[in-house]
Amino acid sequence: MTVATFSVAVQPEDFDVAALQHALLAGEQEEGAVATFTGYVRRQHGNDQISQMLLEHYPGMTEKAIGAVLDEAHTRWPLSAASVVHRIGSLSPGDRIVWVGVAAHHREAAFCACEFIMDYLKTRAPFWKKEASTAGDRWVEARVSDDQRAGRWHDST
Amino acid sequence: MIKVRFFASLREQLDQSEMDLPWTADLNTVEAIRTALIDGGGELWRQVLAAPNVITALNHAVVDLTEPVSEGDEIAFYPPVTGG
Repeated sequence: MTVATFSVAVQPEDFDVAALQHALLAGEQEEGAVATFTGYVRRQHGNDQISQMLLEHYPGMTEKAIGAVLDEAHTRWPLSAASVVHRIGSLSPGDRIVWVGVAAHHREAAFCACEFIMDYLKTRAPFWKKEASTAGDRWVEARVSDDQRAGRWHDST
Repeated sequence: MIKVRFFASLREQLDQSEMDLPWTADLNTVEAIRTALIDGGGELWRQVLAAPNVITALNHAVVDLTEPVSEGDEIAFYPPVTGG
């Protein structure tokens, strides 16, 4: 297995996607592909207008859980670098929540690993969203479709 | 001591984010600790901690209720995760 550079950050602050992609490639000479994903706070939940999103997490476990997802991705695809940034605390509609970046020699590994990391992060990393909306405050329910998306990877690479 | 932590909706329902339990030899699995918490807390704690979708973590890793527990461990109970 190639040696890969992984980084995980859990932070209240916003992030700069261009700077993160630049950092992902720092020191890399041979990369042919970078795939990235940025997740944002939705403005609506059904018919309800979201006014605020609170992100809670489990300090200490969160970083380990995301690191384990990156390690798992690296056992499946030859990656040279992967990075995850996830925000916590109080966010507003339209704010960035999460960024995943993957660098690899070829696009297939970069695309697949980026999607895999998001699918696994959503079902394994201990984050919880609480929405404030026109319907009141409520904890976001885990979605079966997220489990199904993560489950797809059990049978394939 | 065993540190027990609760997150998100469980934390709110129990009105508690963490507690320390004196460790004894019979508190030797996650299940035994959950039972002790329910016995000590009553019906609300039973409803919250025995719900079928509650996830348990031991020392920052998700585990089954049968997982052995030792002095100094940290246990967490939380609902299905919704990050990303």
